[in-house]
Amino acid sequence: MNRLAIPKTYKLYIGGKFPRSESGRVYEVLSHKGDFLANAAKGSRKDARDAVVAARSALPGWAGATAYNRGQVLYRIAELLEGRRVQFIDEIESSEGVNAAAASAQVDEAIDRWVWYAGWADKYVQVTGNANPVSGPFFNLSVPEPTGVVAIIAPQGRESLLGLVSAIAPALVAGNTVVVVANENAPLSAISLGEVLATSDVPGGVVNIVTGSPAEIAPWLASHADVNALDLIGAGDLDWVELQISAADTLKRVLLPEAGADAAAPALNRILAFTELKTVWHTKAVL
Amino acid sequence: MKFLDYAPAPESQALLNLKSDYGLFINGEFTAGRGTPFQTINPATEQQIAMIATANEADVDAAVSAARRAYNGVWSRLSGSDRGKYLFRIARLVQERARELAVAETLDNGKPIKETRDVDIPLVAAWFFYYAGWADKLDHAGVGPNPSSLGVAAQVIPWNFPLMMLAWKIAPALAAGNTVVLKPAETTSLTALLFAEILQQADLPAGVVNIITGDGSTGQALVNHPGVNKVAFTGSTSVGRAIARSVAGTDKKLSLELGGKGANIVFDDAPIDQAVEGIVRGIFFNQGHVCCAGSRLLVQESIHDDVIDRLKRRMQTLRLGDPLDKNTDIGAINSAEQLARIRELSDLGQQEGAERWSADCEIPENGFWFAPTIFTNVSTSHRIARDEIFGPVLSVLTFRTPAEAIAKANNTPYGLSAGIWSDKGSRILAIADKLRAGVIWANTFNQFDPSSPFGGYKESGYGREGGRHGLAAYLKPAVRSGSRSLAAADHATTPGSKKSASASKKSASAEKAAK
Repeated sequence: MNRLAIPKTYKLYIGGKFPRSESGRVYEVLSHKGDFLANAAKGSRKDARDAVVAARSALPGWAGATAYNRGQVLYRIAELLEGRRVQFIDEIESSEGVNAAAASAQVDEAIDRWVWYAGWADKYVQVTGNANPVSGPFFNLSVPEPTGVVAIIAPQGRESLLGLVSAIAPALVAGNTVVVVANENAPLSAISLGEVLATSDVPGGVVNIVTGSPAEIAPWLASHADVNALDLIGAGDLDWVELQISAADTLKRVLLPEAGADAAAPALNRILAFTELKTVWHTKAVL
Repeated sequence: MKFLDYAPAPESQALLNLKSDYGLFINGEFTAGRGTPFQTINPATEQQIAMIATANEADVDAAVSAARRAYNGVWSRLSGSDRGKYLFRIARLVQERARELAVAETLDNGKPIKETRDVDIPLVAAWFFYYAGWADKLDHAGVGPNPSSLGVAAQVIPWNFPLMMLAWKIAPALAAGNTVVLKPAETTSLTALLFAEILQQADLPAGVVNIITGDGSTGQALVNHPGVNKVAFTGSTSVGRAIARSVAGTDKKLSLELGGKGANIVFDDAPIDQAVEGIVRGIFFNQGHVCCAGSRLLVQESIHDDVIDRLKRRMQTLRLGDPLDKNTDIGAINSAEQLARIRELSDLGQQEGAERWSADCEIPENGFWFAPTIFTNVSTSHRIARDEIFGPVLSVLTFRTPAEAIAKANNTPYGLSAGIWSDKGSRILAIADKLRAGVIWANTFNQFDPSSPFGGYKESGYGREGGRHGLAAYLKPAVRSGSRSLAAADHATTPGSKKSASASKKSASAEKAAK
């Protein structure tokens, strides 16, 4: 006799907790064949704003952690992803309609990419900061720092886990906190990633995952005054020019949509896109 | 004249050889503008210096086309070392004509000759000299091997440091291999046009730098021109926002250096007399027409009275008057419009309950002047504590603990500059870490250097000018292939460096227009 399975309730991930949408809405997530997989929470404007509040409160702790510590916490996520490979492969197979080998390759690449970014945490400052030889009795140092709260529209195409990881990992490296709108049609791996994050050492609020309609939620994030940067990487099918115009009101840093095989390729500049360069002039004593 | 009074010591204008009318500098030559010419005046006397041409849309188009031809035909094909040689030439010519440029700048802008002579113009030469050496070393600019230039750069600059802002914009753009169309501010076009003469002396190929004059509408036409690949703007946050909106959906790379409301934090262990000098330098340098001015003084409560007493005493010694006089500390406000804004915000400060005090100085009959002024008893909600005044007006607030100082300093949508005065190194380092500002001065203020990146956090803009990072603002990484893998990431650089979804919407027309 077959055991009757216990399906999971897929919810949002905000402030380290798994709330339902305050709107009470859900939408059906279907497999590639059109079969019912789950009811995902259909996040609202209010959910997005709650996520921004959570991200803002988590910022001092995450940005203030030592680089070594952030690197280890990020690496720990890769460890947990590795332990849950089967779950991710299973979800990807059913929702994306790819075979086990392709799903497995995607999960492997997502984990490896996470490790690659984790290793940057205590290096990007060294590689991209600068000691500046100014003409005068000053010690002058330029150092990149996190921009703040980064809102991300996750890639909406295939490879839902890899797309999500490629978008959020680089933003986390420098110490930013993140609000991400998941892949609308394939949100399961996003919610499962939330479960990984919740059981890792990432403080609550550092990553906030909202499922639902990017077209509905993105405008509220683009115009939100407490969001410092906007990554439109997965917004190619939305009216992203309007989002960019809206972001200009608070002079957010904006990364534009990407498409094609190279989209969201791992790059140091994806980390730097969400940093600010601070230059400090220290006066030297006259001896 | 009484004992110990200063005799007038005006710098001679004899070395100036100004024309009565200036045209636009397009494709290496001066041409008449098609818009209505306007007069540029000396803000210290309100007398006309010269008539300046206005570039209309057709002129803007001609300038962008000239820059495009120069980019395709000459500049992008030149070796880095040859580009560098032109920049070295320009640096030397600026040094040779430094005094003339200083006098012209003071005449046109109203700032004291001691500043144009000792700060503005030397930094102009330094900026060209610094970036000249970068032109053949772009592999080390931080954007990966074999980076490429962007194309035509549209640059719009403000009136507070006219020639210096020109240098900050043009030097890195040319070093990186771009060509330029630059629009100086309406009230301070003069030195940019003298600089065009220097470009002729340097024999810079025609069209590599084009200078077009006019008001805001000329600038708007320039940044909106579909043929430009890069927009660099320094000026107000409101105009910066408008530019960010207008380039949305295009491939234009954007840098913005906008407003500020810098906090100058004085701790109780600071060397007070040095701090007072720093406060003066922070807010009264260049009549306070400085985006990174230390316009909010945060002083620890226990030393407030002492600092304010000494500051007032020091302010009484500031000499306001003829900007060409070598002893002048405070020159003229650049325009009647700016003077009106300073007056309006200062009056508002008084109405909102802050206590106003101005140095007692004689205001000349003609011209635009504002006595150095401080407001005490300012609260964080006052307009004078929040809005950029852009004049010689200081708002004084107090704090008790370092945490309160940090919270107050960061309590602004701006994030350009800050100052810290303390004798304790560990405290300076800890405070500097927590301030959200792009440039922080510890026991000094308003220092600039071509090797030191400058630019803001938050609504003070994005991108950096100066240093290696300022160069990167005019470069893009080499096109990658097969970059998806982690192996390729070892050399990977900018996301979206390839043509992507972003390269659609408005840019198809841009590429057409560029041809």
